[in-house]
Amino acid sequence: MTFLSAPDAIGSDLPRRDGPAKVLGTAVYAYETPADGAAYVHPVQATIARGRITELDTTAAEALDGVAAVLTPATTERLASTDDRELAALQDEEVAFRGQVIALVVADSSETARHAASLVEVAYAQQAHDAELRADRDDLYAPEQVNPTFPTDTAEGDVEAALAAAEVTVQQTYTTAMNHNNPMEPHATTALWDPADGGSLTLWDSTQGVHPTRAALARVFGLDEQRIRVVCPYVGGGFGSKGQPHVNVVLAALAARALPGQPVRLALTRQQMFCLAGYRTPTILRCSLGADRDGTLTALAVDVVEQTSRIKEFAEQTGVPARIMYATANRRTTHRLAALDVPVPSWMRAPGECPGMFGPEVAMDELAERLGMDPIDLRVRNEPEVEPGSGKPFSSRNLVGCLREGAERFGWSRRDPRPGVRRRGAWLVGTGVAASTYPVNRMSQSTAVIRRVGDRYVAEIGAADLGTGTWTTLPQIAADALGVPVSRVEVRIGDTDYPMASVAGGSSGMTTWGSAVVEAARALRERYGNEPPDGAAASGSVGRPDDRYAMHAFGAQFAEAHIHTDTGEVRVPRLLGVFAAGRIINPRTARSQFIGGMTMGLSMALHESSVLDPRSGHVVNHDLAEYHITVNADVSEIEAYWLPEHDPHVNAMGSKGIGEIGIVGTAAAVSNAVWHACGVRVRDLPITLDKVLPALEEG
Amino acid sequence: MRPFDYRSPADPAEAVRTVAGDPTAVFLGGGTNLVDHLKLGVVAPRLVVGVAGLLSTEVEELDSGTLRIGAGVSNSELAADPRVRERFPVLSQALLSGASGQLRNMATTGGNPLQRTRCVYFQDVTTPCNKRRPGSGCSALGGWTRNHAILGASEQCVAVHPSDMAVAMTALDAEVRVLGPDGERTVPFGALHRLPGDTPERDTVLGHGELITAIDLPALPIARRSAYRKVRDRASYAFALVSVAAAVEVRDGVITDARIAFGGVAHVPWRARRAEDVLRGSEVSDRRYRAAADAELADARPLDGLDGGNGFKIPLLRRTLAATLRDLVREGAR
Repeated sequence: MTFLSAPDAIGSDLPRRDGPAKVLGTAVYAYETPADGAAYVHPVQATIARGRITELDTTAAEALDGVAAVLTPATTERLASTDDRELAALQDEEVAFRGQVIALVVADSSETARHAASLVEVAYAQQAHDAELRADRDDLYAPEQVNPTFPTDTAEGDVEAALAAAEVTVQQTYTTAMNHNNPMEPHATTALWDPADGGSLTLWDSTQGVHPTRAALARVFGLDEQRIRVVCPYVGGGFGSKGQPHVNVVLAALAARALPGQPVRLALTRQQMFCLAGYRTPTILRCSLGADRDGTLTALAVDVVEQTSRIKEFAEQTGVPARIMYATANRRTTHRLAALDVPVPSWMRAPGECPGMFGPEVAMDELAERLGMDPIDLRVRNEPEVEPGSGKPFSSRNLVGCLREGAERFGWSRRDPRPGVRRRGAWLVGTGVAASTYPVNRMSQSTAVIRRVGDRYVAEIGAADLGTGTWTTLPQIAADALGVPVSRVEVRIGDTDYPMASVAGGSSGMTTWGSAVVEAARALRERYGNEPPDGAAASGSVGRPDDRYAMHAFGAQFAEAHIHTDTGEVRVPRLLGVFAAGRIINPRTARSQFIGGMTMGLSMALHESSVLDPRSGHVVNHDLAEYHITVNADVSEIEAYWLPEHDPHVNAMGSKGIGEIGIVGTAAAVSNAVWHACGVRVRDLPITLDKVLPALEEG
Repeated sequence: MRPFDYRSPADPAEAVRTVAGDPTAVFLGGGTNLVDHLKLGVVAPRLVVGVAGLLSTEVEELDSGTLRIGAGVSNSELAADPRVRERFPVLSQALLSGASGQLRNMATTGGNPLQRTRCVYFQDVTTPCNKRRPGSGCSALGGWTRNHAILGASEQCVAVHPSDMAVAMTALDAEVRVLGPDGERTVPFGALHRLPGDTPERDTVLGHGELITAIDLPALPIARRSAYRKVRDRASYAFALVSVAAAVEVRDGVITDARIAFGGVAHVPWRARRAEDVLRGSEVSDRRYRAAADAELADARPLDGLDGGNGFKIPLLRRTLAATLRDLVREGAR
């Protein structure tokens, strides 16, 4: 591995290259791709959660002026693969969740398509459904592995014996709510099936990975990958929900193939996104901590219950972060799933770490309270020497540094540990801390090609920029790898016509694509020297990780919470995060990632909750008026800092992914601050006023 | 969205005639609620009649001292009107606590009180709802009731009225000027909205084709010491869990007069006359404020439901009323 030991462009505060186009509105997003004579697609959705369609009458819809086609299970082409049942659209009459797509209208305007969809008459043979997650269900099961390939359960030592013998214990149940990703740009596709020469499919799709989307579609339609092109220069947010194609992409392709030669457009409505585009499972975490009087952890168990859909398993790795955070001789982590008649859960920013650091990090605060110990000292006390479980050394681990630096910046040393004793006007005031972590992920495949074009270098790779900064940060990496100023480097991304790139997921983008770019630059210089001739090109691919080391980023989050003494309203006027995430490629885009993650963590802490009505099996607050996301007025002071961290083992850049760590631990820090403010431990997210109100004195 | 015809008549009288002549026709003001409903299929009119350009956009002071607010005045303009801010701070505050800046720029004085409940089941045509489809049942009962009524609900409907402005208007004894097929009439603001009873499909007493042309705010000296307190699940852009509009007159430590209305708790902006009765003649004290709230909440009925139902609204409203009065009295004493 080449390590860029003296970077120049890396670490500079470069403005976003795509910024002006986005601000001016000239950046073209998937749905607005220029396409003459485009038709519009609107799905018809099931209004039952389980059963079978017995009748589907499309007469009225088809009779409407402007309707080009109505696709139903009876008229839709048979897909080559229905193994992924989330993507097996319109293949049979079975209904597996409420909101499932059961027909598709294609028309000359989106309004006509939507109106026609409402005219499709459906009759069902309804079956009893089950959409209620509870920890006491008798049908919970252990998946074979959890996302993506972690063991379902781990056990070291004897947790129960250690808990029984512990001087101090905390055993509590914590829950996180069902959350929906809700990117600003909906899931949207413009699709064209060109029937010439055996046919080819072009998808302008809002996606976190053009190549993974192409691969999935090729499988579903039985097409050679070379017959599919996926294009996506810009994404209006994804947060994981565009990391794998959901059924909307298949629907767009089906509609396109039904109308050869005519482009079609499909954008999910906000309401449809609550059924069709993935979500974070609600989680129930039973956390058990045992400790000596001096704070040394003697037992740590996290037993997780969560949901998946009956048609496709997604097992969020919620117990995984507890495997590496703290040292203890006795540790257990387990995952159990309930397979329900619900939409398919999927990735949402920091799957696993995000919900999985809520319960344990509140439990640590509870333990500190019982021990009469500072919660930072408690965490420092339990720092592991090596990665628990694997026994590998950490490539770098600066959790303690983050806690100390954050404490200094936040003013933690002046903190009175007693809860409920600080008042500012009508508000009770408290502060809290929690740890963050996120692994350094590297995908196994990605290739970049760098070509000398005149005085410049052009790097091509099918990478994605979902608002994270790839358009800007990859040129910085390429520039340093080539030893030229960044102004001489152009990067082309977001198209399967460029070399294969992995998904923008798991905060793996920079590690994976950046490594490929560095290898391509190295190959170019090796072959042609420092001044390659015009047209000279070389490719490079991501290598394997150095598996001698355990690689994780760490962080510490501090929150100040205010609780209104009369109404119980909860506000968080201050958030401060310190992260140790290797070398920071671009401080400007990095700060955006950190504070964006923290804001989303605040949102998870105080607001976000998809209310699934078990009687109908659907999320009833399925719009942005009722599914509350933190608004500007909820966020006042938010600060993100990072430690200088030298880590030559993670990759050539020395960088760790930062797209997700910002959301990890925020909710725990807020909950801990709420307790410190008013003395109420809120173990169930979101932290709404009704949960603290009963404990507040009146008057 | 079902296709519809759109007409923009020359004046309010023609607009009224046009709507009155078609039982499915609707008026379109700022469109901040109706357009959503058109898209969602909550309503499917054959005819939409635009009135935004026909209605007065002036706030006019009459000789009597009454402020006459044209139905076309936007929520933003009304909130910013210096006379409103000075004489009726409760109204300005209520307006500014509603929706978002963009929505307040579009929403009109005439349209705001006629916006419909945000009950999630009402807005979802795939679920039964007696308000949307009489006789189909109430999905909110036993469902998600966090935002639902604790006062004046019926077996047929437990929805709440979403407007903040209307809560202030109710407390201020405003009057609604209405033009209908049979001419003009005036409706006391507090009598505009209806409790659901057995006909939850009817939100107000207005008949088909009746158009709000103006809202009158009679001079009300007590309103100079008034406030609106809205409690919600985030700091902005959320409907009230509970809200309180209050005006008080205090002399020598005794409340001599009070106007109180609640939002977020009933199918109507809830005028709290029992609470006012308790307050009149009371000394200023938290104990009396709570007693006033308790008097009004004596008939409150919390709803069970997902996430624990809405029983928290009862103590929350009691506390919010007490806090609002305490702040108002303290402010006036300065």
